[in-house]
Amino acid sequence: MKKMNLRQMQVDQTGTITFVKADGELGRRIRDMGLIPGKEIKVQGRAPLKDPVSLRIMGFTLTLRNNEADHIEVEVK
Amino acid sequence: MSAAIVLAGNPNSGKTTLFNELTGARQHVGNYPGVTVEKKQGTCPTESGKLTIVDLPGTYSLTAYSLEEVVARDFLVDENPSMVVDIVDASNLERNLYLTVQFMEMGLPVTIALNMMDVADKRRIKIDIEKLSKLLDVPVVPTIARKGKGKKELLTTISSHVENKIKPLNISYGRDIDTALDKMEEMIELSGFLTAKYRARWVAIKYFENDSQITELGKKADQKIASDLERVVEKVTDHLSATLDTHPEGMIADHRYGFINSILKQGVISYAQDRNRQQISDKIDRVVTNQFLGPIIMVAIIMGLYKFTFSYSEIPIGWFESFFGWMGGVADSALSDGLLKSLVISGIIDGVGGVLGFVPLIMFMFLGIAFLEDSGYLARMAFMLDRVFRMFGLHGSSVIAFIVSGGIAGGCAVPGVMAARTLKSPKERLATLLTVPFMNCGAKLPVFALLVAAFFSENEATVMLLITLISWVGALLVARLLRSTIIKGEATPFVMELPPYRLPTIKGILIHTWERTWQYIQKAGTVILGVSIILWAMMTFPGLDQTKIQEFENQRSVITSGVSSQILDELETIQGDQLSANALTVKESLTQVDFDEAHAGLKNSIAGRIGSSLEGITKFAGFDWRTNIALVGGFAAKEVVVSTLGTAYSMGEVDPEEITSLSDKLKAADGWGPLTAFSLILFTIFYAPCFVTVVCIAKEAGSWKWAGFSVVFNTALAFGVSVLFYQIGSIVL
Repeated sequence: MKKMNLRQMQVDQTGTITFVKADGELGRRIRDMGLIPGKEIKVQGRAPLKDPVSLRIMGFTLTLRNNEADHIEVEVK
Repeated sequence: MSAAIVLAGNPNSGKTTLFNELTGARQHVGNYPGVTVEKKQGTCPTESGKLTIVDLPGTYSLTAYSLEEVVARDFLVDENPSMVVDIVDASNLERNLYLTVQFMEMGLPVTIALNMMDVADKRRIKIDIEKLSKLLDVPVVPTIARKGKGKKELLTTISSHVENKIKPLNISYGRDIDTALDKMEEMIELSGFLTAKYRARWVAIKYFENDSQITELGKKADQKIASDLERVVEKVTDHLSATLDTHPEGMIADHRYGFINSILKQGVISYAQDRNRQQISDKIDRVVTNQFLGPIIMVAIIMGLYKFTFSYSEIPIGWFESFFGWMGGVADSALSDGLLKSLVISGIIDGVGGVLGFVPLIMFMFLGIAFLEDSGYLARMAFMLDRVFRMFGLHGSSVIAFIVSGGIAGGCAVPGVMAARTLKSPKERLATLLTVPFMNCGAKLPVFALLVAAFFSENEATVMLLITLISWVGALLVARLLRSTIIKGEATPFVMELPPYRLPTIKGILIHTWERTWQYIQKAGTVILGVSIILWAMMTFPGLDQTKIQEFENQRSVITSGVSSQILDELETIQGDQLSANALTVKESLTQVDFDEAHAGLKNSIAGRIGSSLEGITKFAGFDWRTNIALVGGFAAKEVVVSTLGTAYSMGEVDPEEITSLSDKLKAADGWGPLTAFSLILFTIFYAPCFVTVVCIAKEAGSWKWAGFSVVFNTALAFGVSVLFYQIGSIVL
């Protein structure tokens, strides 16, 4: 078990969200889409310019910019 | 029963498909009061009478952050619908229920349409519908909107539950918040604080969520209660951050999802396979958003959309053109010469033709975009291009608007501005609206072609490429400038769903396209006709005075007086190219008088006077009064610059497609050279959009303020760029 930032995750790596730092509008949007502690995510891919990142959560695909992903801490196996 | 029901749900849940299924063609599209969010309303016949259905904007939540969410929430509170039909994507149950729960917390009557049952089946997701209904205490009807399945059952369920009493849902948000909520609820109820519209506990929750709309309403309603509530919230907030390192907003979201999870875990849902495993969509994405293949495929699709919009629309545009040409011809022969005729032909017929001439373009563009949007590809485009456009304060989805407007030379800003609708983030959308008119639309091309042919004929291709580059760089830099000044603000979060690829339904695409096109005809059409008449008047009035007209008559008499009656007869009866050589010379002289008269009339018109009076300033950019008039005319449509230049150089109205004679004339004319020509090219790229575009900007931005801004700002910018270029150029060369 290793803790890291969502930005540092590799494509196809899975992990569990442990902490979401963002507040305000970004925080609300992130949480509304289900990015909350305890949820399992899998990094699906990155855009050709390496940003944004797409990830899979609760069975659907979500995109986030890297600087938005910075607010999310993940525990990976 | 004729009670209103609303359709609500997440984006991509099949909400619009269900709405189309229920209402068919019986729908009406408008806007919610004061905002640009679309409001769709329709009726659906049922056994017990007609049902009015409102399609709420698709949202993931009911916070007050996005415009769609505020609109949806206000509508629910103000209109108090007799039923909220919540379309829930069965293949994505957990996240979709997050919105459902919020409706129930508001105390609204909810019926769940559990949609996309076929997709859920395919992914081997099993849902115990009865159990879900029992645990949530709301009716649940399985549907497959694309195939029209479950429609009847849904309607029956709605009508049998419409009168039921509702027990609002109370979720536990943890002991700290719950205790505070109880206390706040009591305070709110005792004082009747906002309770005319909202449920007391819901107001309390919104205070915890720091919901700006509600807290501001609260301050206005009762300052004291409002600050009392804020104090309670503050205390709990401090406590939570000290003990759990979290804040109420986070706790509330966690517990909402926790509540949903606790229901789903009671055997409501079971997965026969890992739900995060690769679906077909993911496999497609591996290719379509691949680092190398992705951009190539995207360029191909953009080119395809472009070709589709502008090539295929040519045929119907041709029909419109010949129809209005024919109308003009009829009016020409039916009316006697004079003001009325001029008004009918140049003002009204050209005006209506101008409005309708864009219709095929808009239809084809929306057909293409609707396909890309409904299939899910548009979201991938935004995903791939976001990094680039973000640097300029725009959004990945801005690309479509830029391309359609003429990012590939030859587009049109009218459908381009309308294409900005696909952007959901307001600031990025406004910046896109205001900068796409800098692209090289098809109407600017004849102007460039004229000038390039006259002055840069050795390097045509290079100069045209340079023009395209300048407009792109200019547009992106202006976008950056706007986003750091008057449309300042943080980038809207890119937290976006990549919906699974789906084959769009033909019905959905057609309805979507027709709605947009009809909206354009209805809303923009009337204004455009009005402006067209005003522009006609500006180029016509006050006309020449009697003595001037007499002068031209005298010139004509001089020409014809020395000519034999035989030749005069010939001129009356025989068509142009069969005239004898003598008659032809006479005719040419007469035509030149007509051209001179048109030239004098134009110079004396309001537009002409504006052009002349501006010469004092515009000379710094190298423009004389003739160019100025042409540019004023270009506000009607950019290609008018060419035809007006023709009149101003006494050549009659020059057909923008046959420019050789005019370009020769310009080459020889006083004050013209490569410097003036390029200065005019720069001005044409950047100055005020044509008024059809301006009207569309007003409609899309929801305010005439921005339309006015684009006219003034763009013209000032263009002038600045041209003067700078011309002055520096004059020194260097």
